[in-house]
Amino acid sequence: MTVDVLARRSTTPKPTLVELQGVHKTFANGTVALENLNLAVGEHEFVSLLGPSGCGKSTALRLISRLAGLSAGRLVWSGEVAVGDIGFVFQEPTLMPWASVFDNVYLPLRLQRMSRRAVGARVDEVLDLVGLREFSNAYPRELSGGMKMRASIARALVTEPKLLLMDEPFAALDEITRFRLNDDLLRLWAGRRFTVVFVTHSVFESVYLSERILVMAARPGRIVEEIRVDAPYPRDDAFRTSEPYNAWCREASAALKRAMGES
Amino acid sequence: MSTVLEQPTLADRAALGGDAAATDSAAADAHARRARRERVLRWVAPIAIALAALGLWELVVWWNDVPHYILPGPSLVAQSLVEDWGTLSGSLLVTLQVTFMALAVAIVGGVGLAVLFSLSKWVELSLFPFAVVLQVTPIVAIAPLILIYVDSTQVALLICAWIVAFFPILSNTTLGLNSADHNLQNLFELYGANRWQTMRFLRLPAAMPYFLGGLKIAGGLALIGAIVAEFAAGSAGTGSGLAYRILEAGYRLDIPRMFAALVLISLTGIAIFLASSLLSHLLLRRWHESAVKRES
Repeated sequence: MTVDVLARRSTTPKPTLVELQGVHKTFANGTVALENLNLAVGEHEFVSLLGPSGCGKSTALRLISRLAGLSAGRLVWSGEVAVGDIGFVFQEPTLMPWASVFDNVYLPLRLQRMSRRAVGARVDEVLDLVGLREFSNAYPRELSGGMKMRASIARALVTEPKLLLMDEPFAALDEITRFRLNDDLLRLWAGRRFTVVFVTHSVFESVYLSERILVMAARPGRIVEEIRVDAPYPRDDAFRTSEPYNAWCREASAALKRAMGES
Repeated sequence: MSTVLEQPTLADRAALGGDAAATDSAAADAHARRARRERVLRWVAPIAIALAALGLWELVVWWNDVPHYILPGPSLVAQSLVEDWGTLSGSLLVTLQVTFMALAVAIVGGVGLAVLFSLSKWVELSLFPFAVVLQVTPIVAIAPLILIYVDSTQVALLICAWIVAFFPILSNTTLGLNSADHNLQNLFELYGANRWQTMRFLRLPAAMPYFLGGLKIAGGLALIGAIVAEFAAGSAGTGSGLAYRILEAGYRLDIPRMFAALVLISLTGIAIFLASSLLSHLLLRRWHESAVKRES
């Protein structure tokens, strides 16, 4: 029953949250990073950008988050974007080594001048969500790679963002840890209903996680294909070994290969 | 989260038999003994060598009948240290005062200027050459000028010590402030941090290990600066620091006292180094690789 509802939602078009329209991005050194990029992300959607390195996936994320400016084209948000509406998770955990896990997760709220007393419970709640509550006082160097990444995700979620941008967040982790974090991410996404734009170069990861995969080609960076993964959530190990999963992986691999041939 | 089995499990050991377990614990014992011996040796070895060197010095002086106005033995130096303690301790205090005041001003000035530099490229571009000129000009060469221009000898000494101490703090802290992780900087930008917040929560903490490295150098340099300036001030000055005592003792051929003053200067330098190392360790031990014990 629940599964059916979820499945239907993943196929119905969602109202657009953010859109890149005809975006060009040229770096100062003249490199064309993105050319005529059109990308619309729906509310509560899970979209992956899949492509070879150097295809401008990360640049697209930076444009959406306004960390970088567009050379041409438009960035359209469906509503007002306040500070904290966008969460960003980098490939590295990017934690402050001198601060405890709690202080690292508290950072975005602290920068908005919210007192520790006022939001401490909120930070604890997010730490609970990622299973790091008991490591609240630990320092990043005392954590394993997977735990650091959880802390990084907790920090991105603490402001309850509308959009979570993830730039190959699990690429540096071992496969077992990566699988576990994939599941954790889906669990968080199912509960919180935020939008995820997930950059990856792993075909398997993109199929397992996303509702929609946008395949990108490099030089210049652009979107060449779109694949819908109409599998119901929650997805688990059974999905990972199912025939439809394999079929989507084959399809995505073929698309990626074509994209690499084009660049 | 995950448990890693590094040690053979009990079942493994049982399978290997009791003998293996016994050898295991004997090996562990031997390891502990070796570790303990190494801990003791770490202290005993340098002390023993130092005592042996002092003994050799004393022996050479005694054996060759070296007159004390050429080379006094360590016992004579120690004796002079005790007998002249009244004068020497007063001088030590004067030198310490100049050194620490110069260091304090160097820390405030160096860090302040570094913050200013990191906030404005233009300030850095226009002021950094001055800092470099101050640094590369030998302090002995400008100390006489400073002594002429500044009325108070005490202040002139302070300025000399400050000039040599402040540069390592300035350049190290500047480097540290600019070495904050770029993605963290992006993150601060994403969350709308203002300059002050980025400075307070990101750049200053990131600069801490660099600053402490600079402090270690600056501490020793402040002492050297103070001593050099005292020498330049010479007997004309009203100063009565340790360098002045060395000069004075030199004129009187009171070589044991000269050595005694020298010993005090060395000990001060060592104390400053140890204190800054300890401070560095205490501030960084939770997070910085330099202070964190490696697991072997």
